[in-house]
Amino acid sequence: MVDYIDSKLTVTMKGIVKRFPGVVANDGVDFEARAGEVHALLGENGAGKSTLSNVLTGLYRPDEGTISLNDELVHFDSPREALERGIGMVHQHFRLVNSFTVAENIILGEQSKNIMMDTSAAIERISALATQYSIAVDPNARIWQLSVGEQQRVEILKALYHGAKILILDEPTAVLTPQEADALFVVLRSMVAEGRTVIFISHKLDEVMAVADRITVLRAGKTVSTIECATTTTRDLARLMVGRDVVFDRVVRTNHAEPDNIVLQISNIDANDDRGRQALTSIFLTVGKSEIVAIAGVAGNGQRELAEVIGGMRNATRGTVAVNNEVIPNGRVRKSMSAGVSHIPEDRLHTGLVADHSVEDNLILKSYRRAPISKFSILRRNVIRDQATDVIEKYDVKTPGTTTPVRLLSGGNVQKILLAREFNSSPSVMVISSPTRGLDVGAIENVRKRLVEAADSGVGVLLISEDLEEIFALADRILVMYEGTIVGNIAAHDATRESIGLLMGGIAIHQENN
Amino acid sequence: MQSPLRLERRLTQPKWLNWGVPLLSLLGALILGGIVLAATGKNPISVYMRILERGFASTDAFSRTLISATPYAFTGLAASVAFRMGLINIGGEGQLYLGTIGAAFAGIAFADQPTPIIIAAMIICGMLFGGFWASIVGVLKAKFSTNEIITSLMLNYIAAILLDYLIFNSKSYWRDPKSFGFPTGKRLVEGAYWYDMSFGPITVPFGFLVAIIAAGIMWFLYNRTRFGYEVSVIASSPSAARYAGIRTRWKIITVMSLSGALAGLGGASDVGDFRHVLDSKGVQIAGYGYTGIVVAALARLNPISAIFVAVFLGGLSNAGYALQGPDFPSGLVGTLQGLILFTAVAGEILTRYRIKRQTYVAEGVSS
Repeated sequence: MVDYIDSKLTVTMKGIVKRFPGVVANDGVDFEARAGEVHALLGENGAGKSTLSNVLTGLYRPDEGTISLNDELVHFDSPREALERGIGMVHQHFRLVNSFTVAENIILGEQSKNIMMDTSAAIERISALATQYSIAVDPNARIWQLSVGEQQRVEILKALYHGAKILILDEPTAVLTPQEADALFVVLRSMVAEGRTVIFISHKLDEVMAVADRITVLRAGKTVSTIECATTTTRDLARLMVGRDVVFDRVVRTNHAEPDNIVLQISNIDANDDRGRQALTSIFLTVGKSEIVAIAGVAGNGQRELAEVIGGMRNATRGTVAVNNEVIPNGRVRKSMSAGVSHIPEDRLHTGLVADHSVEDNLILKSYRRAPISKFSILRRNVIRDQATDVIEKYDVKTPGTTTPVRLLSGGNVQKILLAREFNSSPSVMVISSPTRGLDVGAIENVRKRLVEAADSGVGVLLISEDLEEIFALADRILVMYEGTIVGNIAAHDATRESIGLLMGGIAIHQENN
Repeated sequence: MQSPLRLERRLTQPKWLNWGVPLLSLLGALILGGIVLAATGKNPISVYMRILERGFASTDAFSRTLISATPYAFTGLAASVAFRMGLINIGGEGQLYLGTIGAAFAGIAFADQPTPIIIAAMIICGMLFGGFWASIVGVLKAKFSTNEIITSLMLNYIAAILLDYLIFNSKSYWRDPKSFGFPTGKRLVEGAYWYDMSFGPITVPFGFLVAIIAAGIMWFLYNRTRFGYEVSVIASSPSAARYAGIRTRWKIITVMSLSGALAGLGGASDVGDFRHVLDSKGVQIAGYGYTGIVVAALARLNPISAIFVAVFLGGLSNAGYALQGPDFPSGLVGTLQGLILFTAVAGEILTRYRIKRQTYVAEGVSS
């Protein structure tokens, strides 16, 4: 069995193009990773990192471009074929069977001539590998008993067991505590010391600097540059990652923001995520009347939890949320709604709306308890239908009818229905997450116009977005979230892409200039 | 090797599927049953003709069919009501037993009252007892996220033992103290017999009318009220329900109780229309609760359709009961019911998916 590396692999990808309907995810990417290095793939969400690694592991077939291993052209039709040639991947969402043991998961899918599974030999090999790389995992433990960090180690062991010489890790630290991340880096270093290759996908600048030998930066589906880690700085990386050559069209406002006329005040909020880990730490923020405050940041840094706390879907473990100077009860959706909060989640189709329900039924999701929609607990179908017909006309929703399920509508029309419903509730505060993600250009324009209209009419808007262009186009003030805290609060006209990019990557700005 | 056929999700469900699929399922079941019959040396056509004749064709037979159909209608409604919110209540059986206990209690306790009061008391007690039994499942699920399939199923066995106990315990309120040898329940006074209503030549048991009214109320509740709207949101998207501030836990308890109350009402109708006594063995052999699941599935959870399906299945079991003998295998009706459920579930897939011929397109070459 392979306990040491007997052949070294260099993988080269040239001119990779991968198109999806409406998007070019990879647009001529060049990438090369040598044996014995940790090579980081750095880029914002949507830059094409995951697509590129899925192309490399055979999950997607490239539309154009070539992959070669040690100068030999290869084609992979499945991750299994890629693994047979020594390319393994640890996905962000683990692919483990919870009720199986570590060893059973690792040998899962192994072709065997015996009917009975022989785990004892496998356990020995797993233990040997685990010792070799100081990966502490009990092969007989069941997956559900393990922490997320341990489960990740199982995934790494699985790849090693199946002979991976090139290991791709997709955002491996997103689920780890800082201590676990440090331990992971040690394991990665010992793997490359043996001549294996690690491709490390991340958007966190300091961790890329800590672990990588070389860094390839992707932006908007293209390779920006490949650099030696030793010759660069986080500041340069941030600039490469977000670019700075775009001129933004500011949307024209008719009404000026009144930041001192506070409609939403969040004081000292802590909250946990779904797994019970702390996701928000001591958040303070205010939104004024007619003000658009943007929260920039890479997804998964507490934005969703913050929005849910304000919307009453999640309990804060500390602190208060006040709307129009009145504290709203913790974790009570209806109280938040009646206090004037409108929360538009990023998962529009499955949280903000009921995908299988009709247009008209979705428009009453928040008003069905009140007159005129219902009277004495009975829904008034005529009123509901008239309201839907009205909305369809006013918001120019393209739908065959009021009874069409919303899942059949295009993303832009789905968002129109959601916005129409929320505006009709005449809120004081609107919390909206990734409002234009997945929409086409025309729909994006429309959504932004509606948001500005809302702000002009006095609504305080908290815009949570990863899209810097959108933030610069709309926001009066920009806050940056990183690992559950707010790390920056900058007036939009003072902000630069570079400064925001650095903050998003977890690098605090030292007050040198601007 | 890949199969040349594959299932593709339907974007919309055409209206004709609502009646087309159940009818096709039924036809499929009859054909499959015919094969079984032919294999055992019987003429399928003549067997089916006899079932038709003894189950539905004569006014007498149809009146008897309605008596069998009544509990099916209630347990079918009970299952539909829970399934509509995604709660798999397998406990209709036990909830119906509790309903018979409650109704028999009311029939004994109010024996000296006028008939309308006794009937009302039997209905209310049957619903309360059945609803209480199901609420145990609801509370466990709402508070501790226990699996309702398992708890409701297990409670069926407990209910059966409770039923036996109430007959075999010599101090039991339900037991007939004059019954020697094999213990039986107290027979209800005639004033506690439910009405037989005559519609022309057909006799309709009072319970069946109650079932029709209940179906109408359920249809209204689920299609026209806030309650029904909330249930449908929870069923389609739990996260949207949370987002809209719908109290899902509370709704789980309410819907389970409602489902149990309907099954309990079925038990009450069985006592009032038919047995007039707490009959531990009889009601257990009948298996109304489990058949209710078949009713709900065939009716596609529509309360109005459930009534028709119940009449159909009631006719089948009535005919099977009347025909069973040396030339008519007693297991045949059960076999047919099983086949019908089987084809109905298979047909359900076709309402959501359609079969497509596989076409091979190399992913990378397109575009």
